Amino acid sequence: MRAATHAKWATGALSFALVATACGGGVGSGSEDPGVVSASWGDPQNPLEPANTNEVQGGKVLEMIFRGLKRYNPRTGAAQNVIADRIDTKDSQHYTVTLKPGWTFSNGEKVTAKSFVDAWNYGALLGNSQRNASFFQYIDGYDRVHPQHGAAKAKTMSGLKVVSPTEFTVKLNQKFSSWPDTLGYSAFMPLPRTFYSHHDAWVKKPVGNGPYVVESYTKGSAMKLRKWAKYPGSDKARNDGIDLRVYTDNNSAYTDLQAGNLDLVDDIPATQLKNVRQDLGDRYLNQPAGVIQTLTVPIYDKAWNKPGMDKVRRGISMAIDRASITKEIFRDTRTPATDWTSPVLKTQGGYKAGLCGTACEFHPKEAKALIKEGGGLPGGKMTLAYNADTGSHKDWIDAICNSINNTLGNDKACVGAPVGTFADFRNRISARKMAGPFRAGWQMDYPLIQDFLQPMYYTNASSNDGKFNNQDFDKLVNEANAATDTRTAIGKFQDAEKILAEQMPAVPLWYQNGSGGYSQRIGNVSLNPFSVPVYNEIKVI
Amino acid sequence: MGRYVIRRLLQMVPVFIGSTFLIFFMVYALGDPVAAMFGDRAPDPATAAQIRADLYLDQPLWKQYLHYMGQIFQGNFGTAFNGQPVTELMAAAFPVTLRLTLVAILIEMIAGILLGVFSGLRRGRAVDTSVLVFTLVVVSVPTFVSGYVLQFLLGVKWGWVKPAVSIDAPLGELLLPGVVLALVSLAYVTRLTRTSIAENARADYVRTAIAKGLPRHRVITRHLLRNSLIPVVTFIGTDIGALMGGAIVTERIFNIHGVGFQLYQGILRQNSPTVVGFVTILVLVFLFANLIVDLLYAVLDPRIRYA
Amino acid sequence: MPDHVPDEAITHGDGGAAALAIGAAESLERTPGTGPGGAPTGRARSLWRDAWHDLRRNPVFVVSALIILFLVVIAIRPQLIADGNPYRADLAKAQAGPEPGHPFGFDTQGRDVYTRVVYGARASITVGVCATAGVALLGSLLGGLAGFFGGWWDTLLSRLADIFFGIPVILGGLVFLSVVTSSTVWPVIGFIVLLGWPQIARIARGAVFTAKQNDYVQAARALGAGNGRMLLRHIAPNAVAPVIVVATIALGTYISLEATLSYLGAGLKPPTVSWGIDISAASTSIRNAPHMLLWPAGALSVTVLAFIMLGDAVRDALDPKLR
Repeated sequence: MRAATHAKWATGALSFALVATACGGGVGSGSEDPGVVSASWGDPQNPLEPANTNEVQGGKVLEMIFRGLKRYNPRTGAAQNVIADRIDTKDSQHYTVTLKPGWTFSNGEKVTAKSFVDAWNYGALLGNSQRNASFFQYIDGYDRVHPQHGAAKAKTMSGLKVVSPTEFTVKLNQKFSSWPDTLGYSAFMPLPRTFYSHHDAWVKKPVGNGPYVVESYTKGSAMKLRKWAKYPGSDKARNDGIDLRVYTDNNSAYTDLQAGNLDLVDDIPATQLKNVRQDLGDRYLNQPAGVIQTLTVPIYDKAWNKPGMDKVRRGISMAIDRASITKEIFRDTRTPATDWTSPVLKTQGGYKAGLCGTACEFHPKEAKALIKEGGGLPGGKMTLAYNADTGSHKDWIDAICNSINNTLGNDKACVGAPVGTFADFRNRISARKMAGPFRAGWQMDYPLIQDFLQPMYYTNASSNDGKFNNQDFDKLVNEANAATDTRTAIGKFQDAEKILAEQMPAVPLWYQNGSGGYSQRIGNVSLNPFSVPVYNEIKVI
Repeated sequence: MGRYVIRRLLQMVPVFIGSTFLIFFMVYALGDPVAAMFGDRAPDPATAAQIRADLYLDQPLWKQYLHYMGQIFQGNFGTAFNGQPVTELMAAAFPVTLRLTLVAILIEMIAGILLGVFSGLRRGRAVDTSVLVFTLVVVSVPTFVSGYVLQFLLGVKWGWVKPAVSIDAPLGELLLPGVVLALVSLAYVTRLTRTSIAENARADYVRTAIAKGLPRHRVITRHLLRNSLIPVVTFIGTDIGALMGGAIVTERIFNIHGVGFQLYQGILRQNSPTVVGFVTILVLVFLFANLIVDLLYAVLDPRIRYA
Repeated sequence: MPDHVPDEAITHGDGGAAALAIGAAESLERTPGTGPGGAPTGRARSLWRDAWHDLRRNPVFVVSALIILFLVVIAIRPQLIADGNPYRADLAKAQAGPEPGHPFGFDTQGRDVYTRVVYGARASITVGVCATAGVALLGSLLGGLAGFFGGWWDTLLSRLADIFFGIPVILGGLVFLSVVTSSTVWPVIGFIVLLGWPQIARIARGAVFTAKQNDYVQAARALGAGNGRMLLRHIAPNAVAPVIVVATIALGTYISLEATLSYLGAGLKPPTVSWGIDISAASTSIRNAPHMLLWPAGALSVTVLAFIMLGDAVRDALDPKLR
């Protein structure tokens, strides 16, 4: 009798479970809509507020649903006016921004000068904890809304003034001639009033002024974006919408593309690069992007900075067979680096092939001699640290180590040192706990040579992770920033780069390309210089 | 019986506190999550400090833990770093994983018991040996290997199934991941059934039944199987709880947005509200599954009584 | 049966967790507390002799023992059968197939797969053997005490085991990898012991509990034997058999667990050469270079198989009911 009761319970529980799960399924799947493109995505780390998004996955969405004063041309990278009609200045410090009329948010609200000024003030205010707050640091009054210590002393930046609905003025706290060109960055996007008044609802379903509107957003798994028919800009969406799907493993996304379940991937796993031509033919994208990979040396560590170590650092650089690694491991989705910038800047933007000279070429004999001359590797060996959780860093780190080991004729001179998570990796870098060189990937914020040099090698700059410190370098960068003539400025920056070639605080490895692939359903697919697909131009065939 | 259940329920309280604290401590030991929020760029110190204060990360460990537990008892599991309440993540992830688990359990039950009965009845013969070798081979291949191999062969090369599961994770698409997840347990179920059948086949009541002249299939289904399945059923019972949290590898390979996926993501981002919240639920599921299995013993085997 | 609770908790899931689960699965076959009621009185010594007698004639045992012997020898001296260098890399040969002198081909880094498979045996087998030894010692000590003394000690231990069962393997693995920076095999071994001991503890507890009920133990107690003497002379010999059986089987799965940990980025680190590292590196290259996966995975499977078969044979030999 008792047994029977229990059996009933068990059946009841099981059928409940079945019902519960059955209810969860069967909500229409995929993009059955013929005009809609499905694309791979990664779960954005932070809420999708413009001033809070600093990684490429969230950036993809912002690129679709926002348009700012300027936009970087998807092909050339040049900053071009979009909502800005004019940005005028006489002294490179006081700017007057005039807006074009006719722009609205997708909820009908007009885009005005206030939409920008309020959004920038929101982004800069310490209490809002926006990850990109430091992008507003050149605006006068930033130090009061975002002090280094203690609470904010003001709510708004004194340098921003609304003159009329279509005009506002900006006062910078220093001269910065290329400041207008930074305004294409997503942190500078305008925000509608509903962002402040119904913030939670906005974060659940962001409202912007770009060619797409968010139809639905399931955090952690998918976002459906649809064409905004009344979009006032000239770069209207040429498809009916984009369905972004989250993948944790880029290999699964690629297999889904192969099986015809996905239209677009923007990250081909390294292990599939060998087959990609055969699988996709000309539906494979491999375009230069504004990303450079380096090995940053912990200059703060005495062992890596004592006299003679500059020779060792250069020797390490010369012991790396970049050509073979980019060919065998990366299948030419990387190009061996010969300076510290990126080819997307073009020669007129400051890129200079071969600037590094022999120090970035593979010369095993000279490398071995240089390392010996400089006193050898600290303790006879070195580690190369990387994070093991994302990307296929292990393969190329091991290849670099093998190249160094082959050069030195010692199997255990160099070993890879995986760190479990990216967060832990960054913490060790910030805490200066790196015992040897570590991987660094720099993706430009805006296509300027300044962005490739100053943040990383200027004394105490925000991303100077190796704590490189060189007065000559700093002096040249200062001179370059003060120069009003672009050519003079670029010349100074390149002179500064030559110091890097001697000191080698970071070993340039290769320029990273954006790589992607797409299905036969779609066409006119390309990647912008930030390696983000130009979604609005994709056509469904 | 009632007293026994109450005692077990009471014992769950310290286990619950112990495991949540352990998990909390482990995620804490991984280090400061804030640095990773800024990507490859060093965080602006003032912003980082503000975020730490927002997330209660500037407090000592024990205060963070008390604060968190206080929230849990109010039904608030905290907010993931991307601004989504953890309860919403759970509502999305648990049904998916529950479906995957059910598929896996069904597969291991049907295939495992069938194989086990065959080999148990023919102990020592060729069928038995080949089933034995098969299950051993299955156990010896790591899940991520069988996962990638089957995904490539069935999903890409032959195109029989979708290689990755779509967002809604309908049952049909969960078949292949279910098989992969079930493979390891399948071996255990087979072997449990085999041993149990082989033991009971020689029991007196089976001999009696055969002596009475009952047909063979009736002896097997009504007498032998029923008694032999006690350990199998209990194994499967505990397996439910464990499979749910253990599918990290399978969910990653097939891009299933379930519990394993959220846990993995949470661990990588050192997102303690997500990790602790999910593990807390898993610990509860696990404890209850254990209790139910112990009670099932009593139901299935009249020799056991709980005081 | 006054207060006995069948208490097999089974943690289990794909890959990693499964390794920690096998002990419980096997223990269920014995269903302690509900099953046979322990070995008959006074068979301790002859049980072992009988078992050895059976084993020598069991082809499964002989084959698996020979394989294990071979593996142990090459783990100690890989140079015996491989004269190459497992670190020597030549990118020009990346993922190339077999050629004379390189029967298994090359991996992504252009290293000889055959040499790496041979050299990988050491780390993998060290992990398996040491982790099993640690798990068996810690588990049988704690479990044995719990089974013998019962009461609050038993409750405490069972609940402590529950706590460890609840932890996802990967979380533990990642924490270990980030806190312990050593590139030796010891962090991985320590991690497996930490998460694996409850399994053996439960089996030891059940076995000791069952042995304690036996008439001869009750008799010894009545004759005034002390706790220590009872545990060592009367209970331990009867309880050790199931632990040995489960441990042999678990050994194989710990080797496989190391591979899963490597796959999740939390396993052994270079310059250690191990099957797990190579398998996880090869797992996504199935299409281009199946040989990279096939050989180390094959070696791992054969090893795991050998240990499981050995454990299986030992269990059959030690189980009087299956005679």
